[in-house]
Amino acid sequence: MKRTLAVLSLLLAAGCAQTSLREEPRGTGDLGIVIERADGRVAVVDTTARAVLGRIDGLGDLSHASAVFSRDGRYAYVFGRDGGLTKVDILLRRIDRRVMQAGNSIGGSISQDGRIVVAQNYEPGGIKVFDAATLELLSEVPTQSKVVGLADLSGNRFAYALFDKGEIWVTDLSDPRRPRTQKFPAGRQPYDGLVTPDGRHYMAGLFGEDGIALLDTWKPEQGARKILENYGKGQEKLPVFKMPHLRGWAVAGNQAYLPAIGRHEVLVVDKASWKESGRIKVKGQPVFVMARPDGRQIWVNFAFPDNGWVQVIDTLKGEVVQTLQPGKAILHMEFTPRGEHVWLSARDDHTVSIYDTRSFERVATLPAQSPSGIFFTSRAARMGF
Amino acid sequence: MKRPLVFLASLLLAGAAPAAEPDAARQRELVRLVRQDCGSCHGMQLTGGLGMPLTAAALKDRPFEGLVATVVYGRPGTAMPPWRSIVSEPEAEWIVRQLMNGFPEEPR
Ligand code: HEC
Repeated sequence: MKRTLAVLSLLLAAGCAQTSLREEPRGTGDLGIVIERADGRVAVVDTTARAVLGRIDGLGDLSHASAVFSRDGRYAYVFGRDGGLTKVDILLRRIDRRVMQAGNSIGGSISQDGRIVVAQNYEPGGIKVFDAATLELLSEVPTQSKVVGLADLSGNRFAYALFDKGEIWVTDLSDPRRPRTQKFPAGRQPYDGLVTPDGRHYMAGLFGEDGIALLDTWKPEQGARKILENYGKGQEKLPVFKMPHLRGWAVAGNQAYLPAIGRHEVLVVDKASWKESGRIKVKGQPVFVMARPDGRQIWVNFAFPDNGWVQVIDTLKGEVVQTLQPGKAILHMEFTPRGEHVWLSARDDHTVSIYDTRSFERVATLPAQSPSGIFFTSRAARMGF
Repeated sequence: MKRPLVFLASLLLAGAAPAAEPDAARQRELVRLVRQDCGSCHGMQLTGGLGMPLTAAALKDRPFEGLVATVVYGRPGTAMPPWRSIVSEPEAEWIVRQLMNGFPEEPR
């Protein structure tokens, strides 16, 4: 009896060793990456297991890094501050390719058809167009200005804003080696931009004046116009210690939610008239104003020195219903694909916290070194991400 | 000739005033503040972003007082905010001195 047991356990051990060598094939729909900004590293995370699966090193200066995903959800394209563009294989957990494409970069986008990746650069200012498979440089559009708010539109077009020139440009890359660009005056110092989920309206937030520039990309001949003009009512601005980010379109029903600049408020805009329909007082200068995928809640984080707080707005009530302190220096938030959880990075606590969005209970805490951006593969299927 | 002398004197004075130096714990906080929070606009490596680079090479010909004033009062009409609610004037001087000498890394 003893012998058979011993043989059996040997067999079992061998079996285990085998499966750990040859992992089961798996999908990537519940995977994502967390940027560990100080170490030039990303952590691959699993939102089902709520765990870090592994880490990938060697991505350079990630102090303002962002990522987009290939449409099969296997590769993340990570844009680093130092101009590095790294294609990361999240299944094999290794760098697939990497190029240094600029001196100083801020982010990028992937085209509707998934074939080209575009980087937006500060230094030298402009956009660069890469083959998504090989990272071969296909073309570039110099701007003589810092580029912000790059967003993908239908037809392999890309919209972006020029901080120093106060313009919105739309570049058609249907022939990626021959970019064709249209230019629109927008307003003073656009600091970021976003596109609505249908890809129709591009908005650039303005730092140098109160208001938001809006371009209907279905009717570009009408040019950009200004909405929410003078929302600060001429009052002196509070200091803005960090620029808000307009990634992601916080919209619920007919209302859109946007960060004010120099005011501790979230602005509410009626999507039909593009007029202000309200404003909600919050704890600090909003940085990210993000809708849970169903639009019922808006989660808001804040600029230094209020970056230990996160507030939740209930869109039916139109008011703040929760104020949380998930950790020190909350830099980013990402919802699981259907929004039952939100992941929050606490840079100075070196943790990522996972909250249940219904009960507001913390369900897990994961260790991560100076975590900043969190990006889930569900972005692969969304325009403007 | 007078300007550089005054400038030199202020540098010397600032250097020779240990009483105004933030203590070691506060220095660590300030290093973190500059790397992380100034870094959101100037880059964690201070090589530039929305704001220009703040490396020793980039600042070498800039007047010390002017830079201190920029940190304390910000630059109206630009994205550079005033930091006086966060750092005192001696702390701003300490930060600028470190920037001009090559800013320390955060201890790991
Ligand atoms: C929200 C963005 C932002 C943050 C945060 C920020 N800066 Fe700036 N800073 C700028 C911009 C933009 C300029 C350029 C202003 C101009 O156009 O003259 C600037 C300019 C400066 C200059 C002048 C440099 C020169 O060569 O004239 C100094 C010094 C400086 N910043 C230091 C700091 C320090 C120290 C901190 C943190 C305590 C900080 N900045 C945080 C945006 C920022």
